[in-house]
Amino acid sequence: MTEASGARVEAAVRPPRNQWWDVWDQFKTHKGALVGLVIFGAILFAVLLGPFLWRLDPTYVDPNPVNMLKLRNQGPSLAHPFGTDQLGRDMLARIMAGGRVSIAVGLTAMALSLFLGTLIGVVAGFFKRADGFLMSMTDLFLSLPLLPLLLLMVTLFREPLSQALGTETGIFLLIVTAIGVTSWMHAARIVRGEVLTLKEREFVLAARSIGTPSRRLVLRHILPNVMSPIMVSATLGIANAIITESALSFLGLGFPPDFPTWGRILFDAVDQMQLYPLRVVLPGVAISLTVLSVNYIGDGLRDALDPRIRGR
Amino acid sequence: MLDAPARRKLVEVRGLRKYFPITAGLLRRKIGDVKAVDNVSFDIFEGETLGLVGESGCGKSTCGRVILRLYDPTAGSIRIEGREIADAPQSDLRELRPTMQMVFQDPQASLNPRMTVAAIIGEPLDEHTTLSKAEKLARIYELMDAVGLNRNYANRYPHEFSGGQRQRIGIARALALNPKFVVCDEPIAALDVSIQAQVVNLLEELQDRLGLTYLFISHDLSMVRHIADRVAVMYLGQIAELAPRDDLYLKPLHPYTQALLSAVPEPDPELEAHRRRIILTGDVPSPANPPKGCNFCTRCPKVMDICRQVEPAFREVEPGRFAACHLYSETNETAGPTAAAEARKSIQQGV
Repeated sequence: MTEASGARVEAAVRPPRNQWWDVWDQFKTHKGALVGLVIFGAILFAVLLGPFLWRLDPTYVDPNPVNMLKLRNQGPSLAHPFGTDQLGRDMLARIMAGGRVSIAVGLTAMALSLFLGTLIGVVAGFFKRADGFLMSMTDLFLSLPLLPLLLLMVTLFREPLSQALGTETGIFLLIVTAIGVTSWMHAARIVRGEVLTLKEREFVLAARSIGTPSRRLVLRHILPNVMSPIMVSATLGIANAIITESALSFLGLGFPPDFPTWGRILFDAVDQMQLYPLRVVLPGVAISLTVLSVNYIGDGLRDALDPRIRGR
Repeated sequence: MLDAPARRKLVEVRGLRKYFPITAGLLRRKIGDVKAVDNVSFDIFEGETLGLVGESGCGKSTCGRVILRLYDPTAGSIRIEGREIADAPQSDLRELRPTMQMVFQDPQASLNPRMTVAAIIGEPLDEHTTLSKAEKLARIYELMDAVGLNRNYANRYPHEFSGGQRQRIGIARALALNPKFVVCDEPIAALDVSIQAQVVNLLEELQDRLGLTYLFISHDLSMVRHIADRVAVMYLGQIAELAPRDDLYLKPLHPYTQALLSAVPEPDPELEAHRRRIILTGDVPSPANPPKGCNFCTRCPKVMDICRQVEPAFREVEPGRFAACHLYSETNETAGPTAAAEARKSIQQGV
């Protein structure tokens, strides 16, 4: 071996690079994911920092009835770029404030349902003894009529939680929990199926022959390999959570009526949809954009996390 | 190999059984057993290679996995370095894992597709040592050198390698903890012939260098002849014959071994023209319902009445040679009491 090639080999031998850099490199090549990331970032920016720039109160109704009637249902103008709603409240401020709640509910409820679904799926798939019980429970939850169950949960726990934690936090926690515990079943079934096939693969046996205890076996070998289906159900879960929250708000069982969320704004506008279509379109577009961008981010992330696709 | 009994036994297997239950019906009631490994006994001496051959489904791999306690045995005893592990709890086994390791059949399936080579080889080190990051990396590089992998590949993923390279990764992982005993479960079955030779030579070289003891499971008789010191032939969950390599290939005793060896092609065309194959008729009986008497009695060309009634004992027929066949138990008895007594005295293994 010549000296030069020896030096080149030495230079090339680096300690293993942090794998997240590889993930990021691959993620960057997925155009849809990048666009999604930019759009989701913009939406987050708007709902988190927007209210500090656009300082109208989303719940402000003009106390003078004549002014209020005049301000109702206006189209876009300089004073109200997105127009006003049926009580003369500024739509831009409402959409920003509503987005904060909707996205927070969506992300938290998705995280909760994913956590539950993955936990139950992995335990059921990996430990044969727990399988029967956990899967019967999953089937039980799947067969429950969800809306009445949600309504029951909300009516039962709304008051005590509001009193204990304050109206907004209480209802937020209640809704997030309610959505989370009623939407984990699909994730659990998918994860269980994946785990069942992975468990029989030889690399799991190899890890066992090394003496890896079950806990680390799951964390190191099983979980990374069920990432893809988890990612997919995560991105779909956000959309689902936002829409379920809208439905609850629509039924008057979510947040209080004057508290804006995207679902609430949408349903408020539905009665007069033919007269003022913009008021339906705006929150609708906001929900769709969020869901789509998250979907694309999830898609890119799933590809980036799979080393077999990476670098192609 | 005649001095073999004088050497230290590393692995002693006695009466090992592994039955997989068959369940049926709504209540999953047990209706029978698949007798994958049925009353198997053998020893492996330190530093030797015991070849375990047999056709597909005869229980070779299950046997190897039970010995490492990847499956729990139904009955029997397994002693590694004198320690009984057949009924040791998993927590005790964890301490023993560094002495016994395994190389798997399918190098594609036995490597986690989401881990880099460094992470795969380093996993045993993570589990059993408290090395610092730099020390661990140094050890990983050392292992990669030992199995002939370029150090630059440490950050790559298994799918980027060829089958032979993947098997080298598997071997490096098995060697990470300096084991004494390695079960090679058909390590070459999934590889091209040219690569097979490389991997087998690597295994031999590592054995010389590190003093390893192998249980080499394979269905490739010529490869076993190349690498093994002694060979055990399995049929339907039982060992039909166990003998030093040269004796076994020169003069097989058990009719099954004779049939098996007669199927090996002969490189010399003149000899090949005169090679007489013993063609067995029928199929292997189901291990869930083995025949009465000798397991091989349904296909044996030399079958006798006693074979269908009495199960032959696995006994030392000649010094160092064991077989489970009535042909030889008879000759032993007719040869006179002294010979039989001597044979019994020198039994070092077998039941």
